[in-house]
Amino acid sequence: MKNYIVIDDTRCKACYLCVNECPRKLIKVSNKTNKLGDRIVEFDDKDGACLGCAMCATRCPDMAITEVHRG
Amino acid sequence: MQVFKIPEVFREDMKYTFCPGCDHGVAVRLVAEVLDELGLKEDTIAVASVGCSVTIYDFLNLDTIEAPHGRALAVATGVKRAKPDKFVFTYQGDGDFASIGLAESMHSALRGENLTAICINNTTYGMTGGQLGPTTLMGQVTTTSPMGRNAEYYGYPIKITEHVALCDGTAYAARVSLDTVANIKKAKEAIKSAFDVQLKGLGFGFVEILSTCPTNWRMTPEKAHERVRNEMMPVFKPGVYKDIRG
Repeated sequence: MKNYIVIDDTRCKACYLCVNECPRKLIKVSNKTNKLGDRIVEFDDKDGACLGCAMCATRCPDMAITEVHRG
Repeated sequence: MQVFKIPEVFREDMKYTFCPGCDHGVAVRLVAEVLDELGLKEDTIAVASVGCSVTIYDFLNLDTIEAPHGRALAVATGVKRAKPDKFVFTYQGDGDFASIGLAESMHSALRGENLTAICINNTTYGMTGGQLGPTTLMGQVTTTSPMGRNAEYYGYPIKITEHVALCDGTAYAARVSLDTVANIKKAKEAIKSAFDVQLKGLGFGFVEILSTCPTNWRMTPEKAHERVRNEMMPVFKPGVYKDIRG
């Protein structure tokens, strides 16, 4: 089973704290925008490198990372 | 295995109304996680203050009372004395707790009320536009101290946790920070301890949380955390200042 996170696009306010927090740098600024027009983040893990450490979710001030699954 | 989920005490489909990058969101989540873990959802009455912290009643599915500015602990005292079997906590900012509400706050600690107070310290009045507050650091520029805070005109910032810890009625007093994930985990432990002393009937529990206000500090969320680390934490030193549980 792969580790993965779930991002709620409607909650992301584009503060990008998670982008720097991820130890594997798997969260990137996307081309999608929220209703304020800010570019929100996306989870990009093609190689299955996610540790499931939940540091991104712990850091996110808006609970936009709603789920973290490990194993 | 799911290792992170939204705490059950949050209202369904709630969305924070805080500014992007504001640490209030983390602080409210930590309170919610601890309420979940201690199974207190059905037995809790929260008291909201005035300031950005007031919005807690929009997010948590709890019975909540809104108190007049600064009087959250006075209201909480009444609630707890009328309903001693309920778990009662306040969620306040530094302006509410330590400026207009300093008398109510300190006397709650001095009386040893069996309550818990969570105080968010972001060194400014966030909701009203970033004015000088009781915890504004020396030299800090705000909308009402445009040349920076100086002692001659504005006096000195208050170190809230140290004062609360000096009160004989205080059972637990700690200051924590949210600048790193490790410190967020420590903050959660502190909140849990402050809730625990109330559950054990030992007295007043208090946690001061060093938080950011990226909007009024005019900084990116990342830079705001650096400011907490480099400017706030040397003045407001994190740690457990009192814990009578030993």
